[in-house]
Amino acid sequence: MLYRTAGQFKTSYQADQALFPVRQDAILLGVILIFAWVVLPMTASEFAFQTMLIPVLIYALAAMGLNILTGYAGQLSLGTGAFMGVGAYACYKMVTLMPWMNPVVAILLAGVFSAGVGVAFGIPSLRIKGFYLAIATLAAQFFLVWLFEKWAWLYNYNASGAIQVPNLDMFGLWVSGPQAASVTQYYLVLGVVTLMTLLCINLTRGNLGRTWKATRDMDIAAELIGINLMKSKLTAFAISSYVVGVAGAMYVFMWKGAAEPNVFDIPLSFQVLFIAIIGGLGSILGNFLGAILIVGLPVALNLLPNALGIPISSATVEHLNVMIVGALIIFFLIIEPHGLARLWALIREKLIVWPFPY
Amino acid sequence: MIYDVFVAPFADMIEAPDFLMQVLWEGLVSGILYALIALGFVLIYRSSRIFNFAQGIMVVFAALTLVGLHAAGLPAWIAVAATLVVMFVLAVTVERVVLRPLVGQPDIILFMATIGITLFLIGFGEIIFGGENKVMITEELGIPTGDFVFEPFGGLLILQQLDVTVVIVAALLVCALLAFLNFTRMGRAIRALGDDHQAALSVGISLQTIWVLVWFIAGIIALVTGIAWGARAGVSFALEVIAYKALPVLMLGGLESITGAIVGGLMIGVLEKVFEIYWGQPLLGGNTETWFAFVLALIVLLFRPQGLFGERIIERV
Repeated sequence: MLYRTAGQFKTSYQADQALFPVRQDAILLGVILIFAWVVLPMTASEFAFQTMLIPVLIYALAAMGLNILTGYAGQLSLGTGAFMGVGAYACYKMVTLMPWMNPVVAILLAGVFSAGVGVAFGIPSLRIKGFYLAIATLAAQFFLVWLFEKWAWLYNYNASGAIQVPNLDMFGLWVSGPQAASVTQYYLVLGVVTLMTLLCINLTRGNLGRTWKATRDMDIAAELIGINLMKSKLTAFAISSYVVGVAGAMYVFMWKGAAEPNVFDIPLSFQVLFIAIIGGLGSILGNFLGAILIVGLPVALNLLPNALGIPISSATVEHLNVMIVGALIIFFLIIEPHGLARLWALIREKLIVWPFPY
Repeated sequence: MIYDVFVAPFADMIEAPDFLMQVLWEGLVSGILYALIALGFVLIYRSSRIFNFAQGIMVVFAALTLVGLHAAGLPAWIAVAATLVVMFVLAVTVERVVLRPLVGQPDIILFMATIGITLFLIGFGEIIFGGENKVMITEELGIPTGDFVFEPFGGLLILQQLDVTVVIVAALLVCALLAFLNFTRMGRAIRALGDDHQAALSVGISLQTIWVLVWFIAGIIALVTGIAWGARAGVSFALEVIAYKALPVLMLGGLESITGAIVGGLMIGVLEKVFEIYWGQPLLGGNTETWFAFVLALIVLLFRPQGLFGERIIERV
């Protein structure tokens, strides 16, 4: 009853292809946006900001970048962590070389650098496919992390070898560094993520998105119907790396506050890949659902023994965490290989006819 | 600059040939271990098209189980047998719980599932055996630990007997495996599945049995690799990084080829060592071993997209 689509007639193609052809979808999204923009910032605690809200948004953005490449254009990549690193280091260099720069502009520009690196490492995809390409992207992963460690210019010749986020202000408010308030950072991250999401949704719905999907489904057939594979694959690499780079810059500037090269090592790549796959490849919504699950799960598992009063050492909890995450990944893949987004699609279909079976 | 890159390293090599031989030998031994891990990958990939990311952690898990069982009081060789039983149980469990429900899913889903297995085994292993570094029971297994010392060109060349044993055992293992695949009924069934799933099923080959068998063989290879690598570097989860080294080996050799895994492993083992010693440390600040193999494989792949020995990729619309 709540989700009835009957009676919502479309009289033009434009109306039919609108972003929300079903009214309830738009209302639901509106409610979620109000929650994210108004209710959560007013009610959340410092702990919630730092362990859930900000990381979920950042991981979701990184997964969205990966999803464009893997889910829409069909090019499996295992180098996401390193591309996030490129964004973070580029942002760091920019704000330290040009301290007058607006931090948000720096974050958005940092993505351009990782897009460039992404295209360079995407060139092999024109000849290499499937798992061979996945391993080829590992070359980017290992090489870039090594570079972050050895190229002292990147971290301004720090003795520690890590990048430390300076205090940056925008219109009189501290937005990064130790003095920044979590709420400010949250709003900034939310703003960028909302913008990027809108951009990604429209890109994947448009002409470019359709060429990506054709390339994913069968690249030879795509070539035969006149799609320029080089353009399609390289734009996918560029846009994907741009989004991932922005996520990486925010990962360090808006959340971690400091980062060593090994932060961007392969576990980060896998974490983002888990989010994209468990959320659902080829879906924008899935990235958010996956991020909530993957970020929220360890937090919940850490809190649970305390809440129940079971005495467990923190090392054991850590190992149990890894084990349970592994088991859950398998579990989710078995119950729904197409991810949480598909699960939501099924629920929505049921809701449309509810309370009748069909 | 040009002199440093193109002349000086070769001059060093000619100046100290005994050192060069030592470097080549070390590279060869690590190459053999890479090849063994890659072999486990290839076997599973050939028979099921599953890119088994868990092979590396199976090496660690096998080695940990062996050391753990010995510490619990079992004699060395009985511990080996018991470890084999554990690996068999693991193979059956993986097939039952993970692979069977996922038959027919896209490759990437199965790949993710093996990453799930990896995480599970890491957590499980750390809870049961603890995360600290352990010593492999080399002497109890009767593996010699002395050195062979040669003096070629008036220099000094030290071959550890352990490494020599590893080379011999690995060679025997590969021969046994090839014989098994080529001359037994089960082996032919594995190859048939690799060629064409549906055709193999239609002549009555059981997918489940073969998958368990293949994962068990991969487990045996993992145990051998684990003993060999553990004896050189100790047993801990840090061993997992060598699993990543097997990936460029696969790329270089081709995902389906056993020959490719062996040749690729040896090539990468030797070349990365030589590059690290003669170019990496003097010019690039060292530690190039983390990425050299991948970049090398990437360059080779640009010219041969299916690897050196892989099956030619034929695509039809």
